[in-house]
Amino acid sequence: MSTLHTVNKSPFDRSSLETCLRLAGKGNAVLLLEDGVYGAMRGSNASGMVETALSDVSIYVLGSDMKARGVDVDKIIDGIKVVDYKGFVDLTVEHDKVNAWL
Amino acid sequence: MSDIKKFMYVNRTAPYGTIYAWESLEVVLIGAAFEQDVSVAFVDDGVYQLLKGQDTSELGIKNFSPTYAALGDYDVNKLYVEKESLEARGLTIDDLMALKYEDEDDDWAEKDSIHVVPAAELADILEQQEVVFSF
Repeated sequence: MSTLHTVNKSPFDRSSLETCLRLAGKGNAVLLLEDGVYGAMRGSNASGMVETALSDVSIYVLGSDMKARGVDVDKIIDGIKVVDYKGFVDLTVEHDKVNAWL
Repeated sequence: MSDIKKFMYVNRTAPYGTIYAWESLEVVLIGAAFEQDVSVAFVDDGVYQLLKGQDTSELGIKNFSPTYAALGDYDVNKLYVEKESLEARGLTIDDLMALKYEDEDDDWAEKDSIHVVPAAELADILEQQEVVFSF
């Protein structure tokens, strides 16, 4: 069963991204949204675990939430895909279930 | 209702500091009341929910930890504790409540409800679920 995981908190505030990446199955998708978009940025203390996870999971980030927070596409880790709300809907449809990490 | 789904409740918060643990337990019981195939995972600070010897008498709030012992009577007997989270907190299974259930398919033999599993195994268990609730 393929799963879409959503993470909406900064990796510096909560351990939800770290735990999500630890427990996500191979081939799962992870969408970073709201404050979760900070986890998509290059060069932070959290970037290493995100870059490592990219070999097992697909990672997406919601463009509108990046834009709202001044997070430029140029600052995003290579391999993370930016999606709009339509892309968000597509991801929920493409996967069997959603695991919304708190 | 004949449509039984595999429901997983993922607990990542300690009890009493916030309402999440108590709310999760309520929703677990609702799932069980509707005769769904319920599993519960305890990860990160969620493992603290299962510590032995909880006593809230000086706080004036309900100690809901005895409720976990009743889960077996509702056929909720798949409780998974992530090994990494337990070890990171210096805990072992002996620090947790000894939760049991009676297996009706095995002459009502008493069995352990808690299974300590490594992250990779828990990831596989999560994959098998149809619905996941996160607390």
